[in-house]
Amino acid sequence: MKWRQKTFLADSTTSRVSFTLDSSLDSVNKVEQTAEQFAQRAGFDVDTVAQIAMAVREAAVNAVLHGNAYDKTKHITAFFESTGDSLIIRLADQGPGLEPENVPDPLAPENILRGSGRGIFLIRAFMDEVNFRQLHPGTELTLIKHRTTAQTGN
Amino acid sequence: MSMTVKTRQVDGVTILDLSGRITLGEGSITIRDAVRDVVAKGSTKILLNLGDVSYIDSSGLGELVSAYTSVKNAGGELKLLNLTKKVHDLLQITKLYTVFDVRDDEAHAIASFGE
Repeated sequence: MKWRQKTFLADSTTSRVSFTLDSSLDSVNKVEQTAEQFAQRAGFDVDTVAQIAMAVREAAVNAVLHGNAYDKTKHITAFFESTGDSLIIRLADQGPGLEPENVPDPLAPENILRGSGRGIFLIRAFMDEVNFRQLHPGTELTLIKHRTTAQTGN
Repeated sequence: MSMTVKTRQVDGVTILDLSGRITLGEGSITIRDAVRDVVAKGSTKILLNLGDVSYIDSSGLGELVSAYTSVKNAGGELKLLNLTKKVHDLLQITKLYTVFDVRDDEAHAIASFGE
């Protein structure tokens, strides 16, 4: 797996890292593991860490599989920032673009037995804020989880 | 961690003991092949033991649903056994808990086929 990493200067409450990764399942695993580490360091409880890691994994799968379609000439970028009150993750692909409003509701009776289409639903279920931005080409997804008062004391 | 599947027969029920992560790629393909294999051999009562499944992503959930529908379309039944809390919660929020027959006791699960 080829990847480039930038680590930004951090103060006592803020840390940031970004990666440029190829369109592979190894990249998905690296992004998931990094999300898990950031969430742990931010002081989230075990269940919330697992939910954040899963949401970020789903976003990375979307970027690699549905966005870049495993194209070796395309990359994904992943940016992680832990601030005093939030964990922020941005993932971008170079695919044709995703219109989230066109994704069918996986809870609707007519969709419940579909073999796919639950990724964005899970991302929204597990994160506090989810924003899509069209990059022309590509899609950038911003995921935010707010720290509670107890966690910000860490 | 990759996924492993062990198959056993108990009182006419085919039990697949799954272990590891059911995720996009290897895990999903392993479960798809395993279910396809036992259906091809004529099994119509299939119990997926998820007690040692530590993690399922949306692709893994989709694979479980596909397994359920393919067994049903072949005239059989597929049930789930021993969900971990994480997997249980995932089935609840995706409403798949209403689709699957979920059991937490193997003997009772085996006896429930054909009821």
